Amino acid sequence: MLSSVILIPAILNGLMTGAVYALVALGLTLIYGVLHIINFAHGALLTAAMFAAFFAHQLLGLDPYLAALLLTPLFYLLGYGLQRFVIGPAAHGEDRNILLVTLGLAVVIENALLYAFRGDTRTINLRYAFDVVEIGPAFLALPRVIAFVVVIAVAIGLWLVMQWTDTGKAIRAVAKEKLGAELSGIDVAHIYAVTFGLGTACLAIAACLLIPTYYVNPHAGNAFVLIAFTIVVLGGMGSVSGALVGGLFVGVVESLSGLYLGESLGQVGIFAMFILVLLVRPSGMFGERA
Amino acid sequence: MRRIAPILVAVALLAMVPLVTASNVVLNFLVMALLIALVGQGWNLLGGYGGQYSFGHAAFFGTGCYVTAILQMRYGVNAWAGFFIGIAAGALVGAIIGALSFRSGLRGSYFALVTLAFAEVLRIVASVAPITGAGVGTLIKLDLRPEAFQFQSRVPFYWIILALVAFSMVLVRLIEDSRFGAYLVAVRENEDAASALGVDATMVKLGAMTLSAAITAAGGCFYAQYFLFIDAGIAYGPWISVEALLAPIIGGIGTVFGPLLGALVVKTLGELTKLVTGDAPGLDLVIYGSVLIVVVAFAPRGIAGIVTTLGGRIRWPGTASSVEQRRG
Repeated sequence: MLSSVILIPAILNGLMTGAVYALVALGLTLIYGVLHIINFAHGALLTAAMFAAFFAHQLLGLDPYLAALLLTPLFYLLGYGLQRFVIGPAAHGEDRNILLVTLGLAVVIENALLYAFRGDTRTINLRYAFDVVEIGPAFLALPRVIAFVVVIAVAIGLWLVMQWTDTGKAIRAVAKEKLGAELSGIDVAHIYAVTFGLGTACLAIAACLLIPTYYVNPHAGNAFVLIAFTIVVLGGMGSVSGALVGGLFVGVVESLSGLYLGESLGQVGIFAMFILVLLVRPSGMFGERA
Repeated sequence: MRRIAPILVAVALLAMVPLVTASNVVLNFLVMALLIALVGQGWNLLGGYGGQYSFGHAAFFGTGCYVTAILQMRYGVNAWAGFFIGIAAGALVGAIIGALSFRSGLRGSYFALVTLAFAEVLRIVASVAPITGAGVGTLIKLDLRPEAFQFQSRVPFYWIILALVAFSMVLVRLIEDSRFGAYLVAVRENEDAASALGVDATMVKLGAMTLSAAITAAGGCFYAQYFLFIDAGIAYGPWISVEALLAPIIGGIGTVFGPLLGALVVKTLGELTKLVTGDAPGLDLVIYGSVLIVVVAFAPRGIAGIVTTLGGRIRWPGTASSVEQRRG
């Protein structure tokens, strides 16, 4: 048995990592909850956002946390445009087509990044990247604590938007009853695009929170998105609170299994958990008609 | 016989290519195109006729690759025996993944997700397990004898892959005309209605998935013999999952000729990209992805769909080449 001196820091670290997972999952679940599609381009868009944050730092000298202020609206517009002008029109309203279009987008974005920047792995150096915060027996890296706080703030902000603004109400209306919403004068195509934009904006924030401590290469986003898929399925497709709790839970599980099993098996563990969750909890979540 | 004739004509024409040219570049190009046509036909059976979109056909391709390579190198099994065992192994993997996911009721996006995840698990396992050569990959020893499924020239390889493609096309055509094929299309169109009419949807999908996996695994076995080298990224990498679905979708999903047409187009595009830009990594896939989006947006039934539309205006006799068309 491991003593609490090791266990508590591991759990706290897991929570910090889990917060970023939760944010990626939040974007995914939001899009699923409203559009009822699984966005296979989510990983590629996260990678694109990480590259954007990287170059904002390298070329413009922007601190990642400042870059978030710029990239978030940019990626919102990108997501809005993708849904409004590419995915929506190309899909002809068929689920199978949406699958293929988002897969096609993922292939295009990921390989365009590979073509432009090669397979090199890049990192940025920040003065404060190695600063630590002491909480009880644990020393936590400052960027991860910031990430945790920001994610919680974003989640609360998103909840407020959904609860109190007209757009938020429209999004919830479309998610519940598309036809009814349309009949009440809501522009469904616009709301779909807004939702896709919000989901993509979550990725821009996640990328800016990741880049101080993580690396970026053309495949960097994929690892996060498979974890995000797991979280979303675990927490229930379309459930925002499920994504948050699921994200934190998976972060802790990963941290603890890394402690017991070692790093390389950790990745298989996540996939295994993912498949298991998909296979074992079919009821409710799988009511969708293909 | 009447419905098989067009396949035989097309194959006979392709079979004469080596008599016209001995160029290794041409043959190599056609071998790769036919390989994708074979793998794509596997995907087409499940995705095109059954409506179950798999994003992880690499799981079957890679299993074929590794089983045939490992049996030869580690256990001294004859290459031809390895070839057929590889196909069987691929079918088994397909049956297992199919049984797990269809029994759990996974459909649509979830099925795509779970197949993707299985392929990734296999890729990660293959990149760390000692038996696969881990990160280094597996090399099949050079042994240029027909008994060892290795040839001096590319021509025998070409004929073998062509024969495999022909076999897969005839098989799919026979399925199309069979009761099983009708069930499969019924499940694609409306699974609940098909079940209500007494079709055992799970078993039908499972059968299609097993056959589909076997066809795709045959492509993997062939790949291992042709290149004599595989690693985890080649065998289980996402590239093959993407090309497997790209070929039938571009050529015409749910048609016998779709995968072959699509594979020829895809590979031509790939080669053209290389000619224009050199061997830059990623650019060919950028083109593939864009083509995928454009085809889904503007020609959802692919090249075969366009041909059918044109053919419909001219009214050729006996061109009923797809299930779509025969339905009306």
